[in-house]
Formats: sequence, C-alpha cells, structure tokens
Amino acid sequence: MPGLRYLSDVVSLKAMPELCVGCGLCAQVCPQGVLELREKRVAVADRDACMECGACMTNCPSGALWVQAGVGCAQAVINSVLGRQGSACCCVAEPRSPQQGLQASLDMAPPPRKSSGCC
Amino acid sequence: MTLSPQPLPLLTRMPPQGPAPCCPAAEPLGDPMAQPFVMGALDTPAGPAPRVSGQLSPADRRGTLRVRWDIGRHDYKVVPGLYALNNPTPDSPVLVSANYKLSFDHLREAARELDAWLLVLDTKGVNVWCAAGKGTMGTAELAGRVRSSGLERVVSHRRLILPQLAAPGVAAHLVKKQCGFGVVYGPVMARDLPAFLAKGHKADPAMRRVRFPLRARAVLVPVELMQALKTYLWLLPSLLLLAGLGGLVGGLGFWAGLGGAGLRAVGAMLLALVAGAVASPLLLPWLPGRAFSLKGLWPGLAGAALLWAPWPGAAWPPSAELMAWCLAVPALSSFLAMNFTGASTYTSLSGVKKEMRRAVPLQIAAAAIGLGLWLYALVAA
Repeated sequence: MPGLRYLSDVVSLKAMPELCVGCGLCAQVCPQGVLELREKRVAVADRDACMECGACMTNCPSGALWVQAGVGCAQAVINSVLGRQGSACCCVAEPRSPQQGLQASLDMAPPPRKSSGCC
Repeated sequence: MTLSPQPLPLLTRMPPQGPAPCCPAAEPLGDPMAQPFVMGALDTPAGPAPRVSGQLSPADRRGTLRVRWDIGRHDYKVVPGLYALNNPTPDSPVLVSANYKLSFDHLREAARELDAWLLVLDTKGVNVWCAAGKGTMGTAELAGRVRSSGLERVVSHRRLILPQLAAPGVAAHLVKKQCGFGVVYGPVMARDLPAFLAKGHKADPAMRRVRFPLRARAVLVPVELMQALKTYLWLLPSLLLLAGLGGLVGGLGFWAGLGGAGLRAVGAMLLALVAGAVASPLLLPWLPGRAFSLKGLWPGLAGAALLWAPWPGAAWPPSAELMAWCLAVPALSSFLAMNFTGASTYTSLSGVKKEMRRAVPLQIAAAAIGLGLWLYALVAA
C-alpha cells in the first residue's frame, strides 16, 4: 500500500534461481509481491517489501528460497530478551531457520517457543 | 448424503440460562455439537458433521466485539474438526480455517452463500496468519486433521482450499505426500473466496496482496489500548502516590501534591497512550519515517505541545515538571507505536530488531531523564 513501506536493506531473503523448478508457488503465496518468475525462474522483484514470513521458503519444493523467518513484533523481541514465556500468542521472536520452519510444520506439537501476548 | 432429522430445539438452541453446571472438562477439545452456533448435524460416511450457517447470531457478534476489546481473546475457540456450511455435497469445496472463533466466524460469514465443508485445525485458538507463523497452522496438523476427520470418505475430490496466509506454516507439496490431498491457496481475505471459487480457483493479483487500510488499523486500536492499559496501568497509581509523597517532602502536603502534579502526571500519561496506541496506528501512512518508533514520535510531540497550553502558570521558561513530560510523552508514544509492529501486516523481524537497537536506548534515556526531572520538580516545588 502506498505510504506503508518498512525499513530498507534489512531483510534476509535469498533466492537461488539455479535451484528453482519454476512452479511459481512462492510468488503466489507471498503477500507482499516480493517474488516473480522471470524466464521460469524465481526472481526478487521487491526485496524491501519482504516481511520475512517464510511462506515462500516453506512452500518451495526445491529449496530455492531462504529467509530468516520470524514475526516482526517488537513486543515479542522484548519478551524474548526478558525471558518471558507466553503461550497464546503468534509472536515468535526467535527467527525460524529453514529447518526449524519445516520442522515446526512437520511436528504435530511444535516445541514451545518464546512468544508473547502481543496478538 | 442426507440431512439428519433436525429436532427443533437444536435449531433454536439458546445459550444456557444462568451459570452452567460446573464440572471438570471431560474432553479437552469439547463436544462440537454442543457449541451454540451449531445447528444440528449433517450425516456423512465419516459420521455426523456439525452443521453451521453463515448467519452470525447476536451472540456471535457479541463475541466478536468482546475479543476486539481484548476480553478473553486467548480463549475464544471452536472445537477442531470437519463442519458442514449450509448443505454441502461430496463435490463441495473444503475450506480450511483456524480454530480462533473470530477466524471461523469470518470465514462462514464470507462464504454464507456457499455450500462447503469447513475443516477447522487446532491452532490453539490463534488466528490463521499468526498460527502459521508459529507452525500450529502447519503441515502436520493439516494432514493429521484430514485423516482424523475421515475427509477422504466425505468428499469425492482431493483438494483443500487454504487461506493464503496459512502458507508460512503449510508446505503444500508435503501435505499432498502426507494425506493425499492437494493444497490450493485461496485469497488473503475470506471475503474474496466466492469470487475465487467462481473463477475456478483463480485469484486476481490484488487478492493475493495483504493491505493495511485505515479500517483494518482501526479495529486493532481497542486491543492496543487494552494491552497498554493491562501492562502499564500500575504506573498511574504509582505516579499519584509519588506525587503525594513529593508534596509531603516539598511542603505542599500529600493531597495537594497528589491533586496537582499527580493528576497532571495521569493526564500526561493518558495523552501519551492516545498518541502512541490510537493516533499512531490510525495515522500510520501519513506519519513521517518508516520505523514505527519514529512514526510514534510525531503524535507524541504533538501531545507534548498540547500540554503547554493548559499548563498552570507561565509555560515559558518551562518548569522542570513540564520539561519532564515533554521528554516522557514522546518517548512513551514512540514506544507504544513501536509495539504496533506486531499487529501490522508488513514489518519484518530483521527490521524490527534494527529499529529497536536504535530506538529503545533513546526511549529509555528520554523516559529516565523525564522521570528524574519530574522527581526533582516534586521535591523542589
């Protein structure tokens, strides 16, 4: 949306087009229009719009995307620093690595993470 | 597939009058049929499915209002499992949702004209996007719920329609492997579902983008306010007490101190709350800067400017007390606005950490100097 852009040059997103199989699911699931297919390979069209949600990485069948996925929530960062443990919130202060991200989606009961009551 | 006979009492089920008989919950997830919004059952080859409509009842709307004000928001759940929306057939689409009741109500209201199956995952009462970030709206829960609900016996197709914002937690290619059902990502907003289905599972590019318009920000304001109050309300009596004690030390007397500097402190704090938790979210696109801590500074400075006009006595040169609040109000507003990153739809963790490394030391310094000046002003009065 015009007028709502977050900080520039901070996001951890990496695309590896050489691994891409061209399915296009990453571009479809990205809620910020960050990715597109160029000549049937993934390309980063708008890096600074990335919010590191990890949807592209989780849904890439060939490992062509990597991002230090997490939730951009200041309260969760504070809770994490203070060592507070929450249970009912979405906010995962610690970044999810691709393995953790995948693991979390594979495990029936994800390991308890530091989180907060922020949402 | 036939409709089971629906006894009238089920259709007109009312919430129990008076307190329900209290007993330990026998089954942690509860009986889906006992939920007040369930109107009978639809017989399926996998057993009776609780049937719901897309018409929200006054009780549903009261529940929405309640959780929008952060009352019982973490315990507003639907029993996970398969539900029938209106009169689905084996060919009807399967719409997947979270078991936060607000999410569930939102979906069934948006899809009220459709006959569909609703597969509600156990996301611990958390909404779709947040639960996907946590991993509870995830591949394993989805595949497990497909199997435990007996979905393959209920529908003739092998397709699940997920909200696009479930994608951070769900690996579509693995779902197919684990339960045989393919994942189709629907639009971001449930209200676009009918159009998405009508176009043969095609979403316009606009339906795939998350936005953060004024209306979406405005509905979040009450929760921001309540959370700030729940966390920081203790500060107000503390400031009143300190002002009273300062009055004693400074010779004004306890009640004069409490009624003077104490009430002014409460007023300044409430001004900071409005600046940071109301004005900042509402004015977000128009506030200069990209960091939320910077955006929150401007309403805070405006709040500080508002303090000058009604301030008792000459506002120039400013007294130590007035200077204290001119530092503390912008600092608090900046801090509260920074906390709105968690509710916003476009901030990254890397970005939040970067802005916090810069802003939090400044916020703490301004608040600490403000507090020091204020305490000095109390005893010097």
